[in-house]
Amino acid sequence: MERTFIAKNPSVLWFLLGLSVFTLLVSIFSEAAGSAVISTSFLKTLGKTLCLCLVAIAMDVVWGYCGILSLGHFAFFGIGGYAIGMWLMYARTKDIVVGSLENNILPPTPDEVTTAIGSQIFGVVGSSDFPLIWAFSHSLTLQLLAVVLVPGLLALVFGWLAFRSRVTGVYLSILTQAMTLALSLYLFQNDTGLRGNNGLSGLQNIPGLEAVSQATLSLWFFWASAFALGLGYVFFAWMLAGKFGSVIRAIRDNETRVRFLGYHVETYKLFIFTTTAMIAGIAGALYYPQAGIINPAEIAPIASIYLAVWVAIGGRGRLYGAVIGAVVVSLMSSWFTGGSAPDINLGIYIVKWTDWWLVLLGLTFVAVTLFFPKGIGGLFDLISSRQEKQQ
Amino acid sequence: MSTLLEVSGVSVSFDGFKAINNLSIQIGEAELRAIIGPNGAGKTTFMDIVTGKTKPDEGYVIWGEKSVSLLDMNESQIAQAGIGRKFQKPTVFEEQTVRENITMALKNPRSPLDLLLNRAAADTEERVRAVSDDIGLTDALDQLSGALSHGQKQWLEIGMLLAQDPRLLLVDEPAAGMSATEREQTTDILVRAAKTRAVVVVEHDMEFVRRLNCKVTVLHQGSVLAEGSLDHVTKNQDVIDVYLGR
Ligand SMILES: Nc1ncnc2c1ncn2[C@@H]1O[C@H](COP(=O)(O)OP(=O)(O)OP(=O)(O)O)[C@@H](O)[C@H]1O
Ligand SMILES: [Mg+2]
Repeated sequence: MERTFIAKNPSVLWFLLGLSVFTLLVSIFSEAAGSAVISTSFLKTLGKTLCLCLVAIAMDVVWGYCGILSLGHFAFFGIGGYAIGMWLMYARTKDIVVGSLENNILPPTPDEVTTAIGSQIFGVVGSSDFPLIWAFSHSLTLQLLAVVLVPGLLALVFGWLAFRSRVTGVYLSILTQAMTLALSLYLFQNDTGLRGNNGLSGLQNIPGLEAVSQATLSLWFFWASAFALGLGYVFFAWMLAGKFGSVIRAIRDNETRVRFLGYHVETYKLFIFTTTAMIAGIAGALYYPQAGIINPAEIAPIASIYLAVWVAIGGRGRLYGAVIGAVVVSLMSSWFTGGSAPDINLGIYIVKWTDWWLVLLGLTFVAVTLFFPKGIGGLFDLISSRQEKQQ
Repeated sequence: MSTLLEVSGVSVSFDGFKAINNLSIQIGEAELRAIIGPNGAGKTTFMDIVTGKTKPDEGYVIWGEKSVSLLDMNESQIAQAGIGRKFQKPTVFEEQTVRENITMALKNPRSPLDLLLNRAAADTEERVRAVSDDIGLTDALDQLSGALSHGQKQWLEIGMLLAQDPRLLLVDEPAAGMSATEREQTTDILVRAAKTRAVVVVEHDMEFVRRLNCKVTVLHQGSVLAEGSLDHVTKNQDVIDVYLGR
């Protein structure tokens, strides 16, 4: 009876093994290691993809395991990005400003420095005052806390309101989508203090590490992303392994019945909603320094819908399914929309993938939902059941 | 015998239709009780009220020696107070094993942190065994419960109730769709369970009720029509009219 966690969850071991090998190979062939096989920009794409995998497994836990189709988890991801972006922008601008004022005859007063930083950052929206939400931007520690706490708190309050009133199913999805839309519209405004549609930029430059090349920095971020993904995977697998996971899946299948078993369903949902939101925040905080820029368009509801599509295509209710979905769809998406996919000349009409990729994705989604509800991950069931038959 | 559950003067209407009409029922400690009545008599609705699924328009539902009102509590609080319920349609978690189903139901602390941090309660396996032995599903512990037969699912659900170790067990039509031998085993399980706790059984099948050999309450149009031994109520003219007259 007493079996170890790994013995009960062989997929964890395989996943960690695969991730380590992948990380090692990428490191060896990266520019930082003196190879030219993987360019720095592709390395960044890979690192970003790992972050997307992390937010996808969070989505899988909340949707695939607990049955809450949240269309807000990419918003939590974005908030994580904004939180770290504020520190990155502030600290780097400060370095630049201090550097340029150094040659003045009179040493600049702290006020002058602040105003100079302010006009550097907020000049694009016609201001130089620091809005209130930037109050902690000078502190890396506080902004790192914000990466987890702001999404967590938002999810907690929002989830509490929604679950307490027993909003479920499609209504809950609509509600979370409304939250996402409200957030992105809010961020689009110039006077919200987060630079409106300009967003935060220059995030690939890490203050204090100017001497380190982008090739090396990108490798570091890639490692951090791989580490976070591995840790997140183990955390969720551990969480879902025992009786807790049983209850979560039971809530997905019949929440009324779970109530009559004496479990407070709302607390469980809130727990899952909030934890996954915090992990999504962490994923975002690792993603955007690799992307270099974050703007409100990233948070638009469509992004959260994509997230659901990845999980559905990869296979709901299994963590590796979410990873597969995120990798396959996001990489294909950047290949198709990046212009590297060859156009198809049909004689009367030229299929341009940049235009048709979304159609293809949509059709795939419909097909998967209708014919392969278990997604790509379902293929593993076929393999394992065939092995059982052979034994 | 002291009273465990007291329902008094309870009424419920759905869109103007009175499903329960000034209903009063008392259940004693460690009592076995059968509730019978024609379709739509309000038997299931009675259970809905006791378990907090439906809130009555008037009346009281009083529980235990401390006489707390169940009307102020939600479903999970009522379940934790010691009332377990088996639904008319068997509802087990089909994508999980019999073991997982029973384990979830076992009487243990039920907050998320309890479940996450106190994983290996040493006696879990024993307690799961005790329940599965009782309902005859020990051989099926590692099967998905969706693969069980209809009768076995009913037993599993009763087993999940027993695992909760409730003081009152509400069982809605446990023998529906069962074969004759399965019915007999079900009676045995229920009679055994009623030795240490109160059990209320709703059932249509008179043979089944006769084998339970207990006090019977007849419901009709949302209120009590007759109460007493099965022989007593089946001789009652009102009951005969309700069952045969129409
Ligand atoms: N949620 C509801 N909304 C509207 N009407 C309801 C609701 N629940 C029950 N009713 C009605 O109340 C009446 C009593 O229903 P109930 O299910 O309690 O009967 P029952 O005695 O369990 O019958 P059966 O033997 O068929 O299970 C029925 O006429 C039913 O249609
Ligand atoms: Mg009924």
